[in-house]
Amino acid sequence: MRYGDKDVLTGVEFSIEQGEVVCLLGPNGAGKTTTIEILEGFRERSAGEVTVLGEDPRRASEAWRARTGVVLQSWRDHPRWTPRTLLDQVGGYYAPYATPDRPRPVPTDELLDVVGLVDLADQKIATFSGGQRRRLDVAMGIIGRPELLFLDEPTAGFDPQARREFHHVVHRLADLEHTTILLTTHDLDEAEKLADRVMILAGGRIVADDTAEHLALRAALEVEVKWSRGGERFVHSTGDATDFVRRLLAEPGEPVVDLEVRRASLEDAYLDLVQQHEAGESDEAVRAFREVV
Amino acid sequence: MGGTTSPRGSVPHAVRLGVRRGWSEFVQSLRSSQDQWFYLFTALLAVGYLYLRRDTPVEGTDLMLPSVALPSILGAMVAFGLVIGPAYALAMEKEDGTLLRAKAVPNGLVGYFAGQLVLHSASIIPQTVAVLVPSFLLFDDLMAHPGGWFTIVWVLALGLLATLPIGMMIGALVPGVQKIGMWGMLPVMVLAGVSGIFYPVQALWGWVQVVAQVFPMYWLGLGMRSAFLPDSYAAAEIGGSWRTLETVAVLSAWAVVGALVAPALLRRMARRQSGSQVAAAKEAATQWVR
Repeated sequence: MRYGDKDVLTGVEFSIEQGEVVCLLGPNGAGKTTTIEILEGFRERSAGEVTVLGEDPRRASEAWRARTGVVLQSWRDHPRWTPRTLLDQVGGYYAPYATPDRPRPVPTDELLDVVGLVDLADQKIATFSGGQRRRLDVAMGIIGRPELLFLDEPTAGFDPQARREFHHVVHRLADLEHTTILLTTHDLDEAEKLADRVMILAGGRIVADDTAEHLALRAALEVEVKWSRGGERFVHSTGDATDFVRRLLAEPGEPVVDLEVRRASLEDAYLDLVQQHEAGESDEAVRAFREVV
Repeated sequence: MGGTTSPRGSVPHAVRLGVRRGWSEFVQSLRSSQDQWFYLFTALLAVGYLYLRRDTPVEGTDLMLPSVALPSILGAMVAFGLVIGPAYALAMEKEDGTLLRAKAVPNGLVGYFAGQLVLHSASIIPQTVAVLVPSFLLFDDLMAHPGGWFTIVWVLALGLLATLPIGMMIGALVPGVQKIGMWGMLPVMVLAGVSGIFYPVQALWGWVQVVAQVFPMYWLGLGMRSAFLPDSYAAAEIGGSWRTLETVAVLSAWAVVGALVAPALLRRMARRQSGSQVAAAKEAATQWVR
């Protein structure tokens, strides 16, 4: 994929199995949105091959559309509608595409309940808060009972409770409806909670592709050791925590208190990668991360 | 691909949903105080102008100015509304994500454009009623012969087909809502100035008359005058006639061109719609001066 003469996506190769929940992580400008828009069929690619649900998204049929759902970041459309009238209208288009195992659309009342908008069903959308609007976006993304759902930063602007409820919705879709889900997020905790698999995109390439647990585990080369001695706080990073702590405790002098040993998390590994990338050392960072993974 | 062909009847189904969509938006518009003000304000301007000049006789006739100017103003208002309305709506809905939403739904674009056609066609009704009702209450001698109502209907219908696609094409081409003034408002205002709405087109230079007669606005005004005014008034028009055949021909030509070109432009616009475009517009909306 290129803009002008700058290639923004150069090494993006992956496949997603049916029913998988995959999270795409990466700093702003890494190409997450571009990648997801190519898969949604909203953007032309300059090169490469893409197959989504058996079709090239750029030339896909309306029937293909009916099998996918899209939730984007910046929608502020239909301010004069109410959720009920809008969901009825949008859902109507899916009716001809219903199949015995996937009745379409999801009934409006059921959907309002799933996203927690029952009380606001007949209010003008223009009066909604950011979080309420996002929930409506999610409702419209899943109204066609999609086999594949794209979620672009779905919980941006959610309060913690709304976020937890949204996570329930995603789990429900994945477990009960076997919906394949590709989501992007900046929230690593969310990635760990939701995703079966995490892909990290940096410098236009996928630099890591594994389960969240594995990534955290494999990235944990360095361990952070914190302690206090004589009223002073100390921090040290080490490759072998056990040996370090043994020697630390054996040292003469004031006793060691508040000892804390923390293995690096997915977040640490990710942030380290992003930091190096932003410092212009992306190639090196990618190589280093690959060796780690 | 097997199993992914569109079921039969899904397109007509989407058109029906689109018609319902357009009607919902029309009802929402009637209920919206913003739109009510727009209808009232334009009607107030038009009727106010006519009222101030209610005792001005029109040279060479026994009619007062409102009788002659009302049909022209109606024609211009309809043309204005049918160009600026859809242009503004499309430019706006490209930016706020409405169009992208339609694109993300199967046959959603069919429904979206059907809805737009219904909404903007229907919006002629409040626009004309808001001017006609007070005018008939305030002024005499407006409608020379009852057959004029029939003329009004076909002139409006043809005018709709001629001007609505122009508005949609402008909406498809403008880079953003903020540019509607430059690419939509301005040319339409200029055309209104030279299309014989406020004074006879013959008062202008020859080449300006030619330009005015290329565009639908002049013919909408002429058609409306032919509906309201007695036949004797035709003597004051170019060629001393209502030129009904020419009116039909020019408006139809615009309708045909519009029907051929507009869908291609709309498809191009829809193809270019993406989430990042909507996100960029949202950013831009908070930054008016650049």
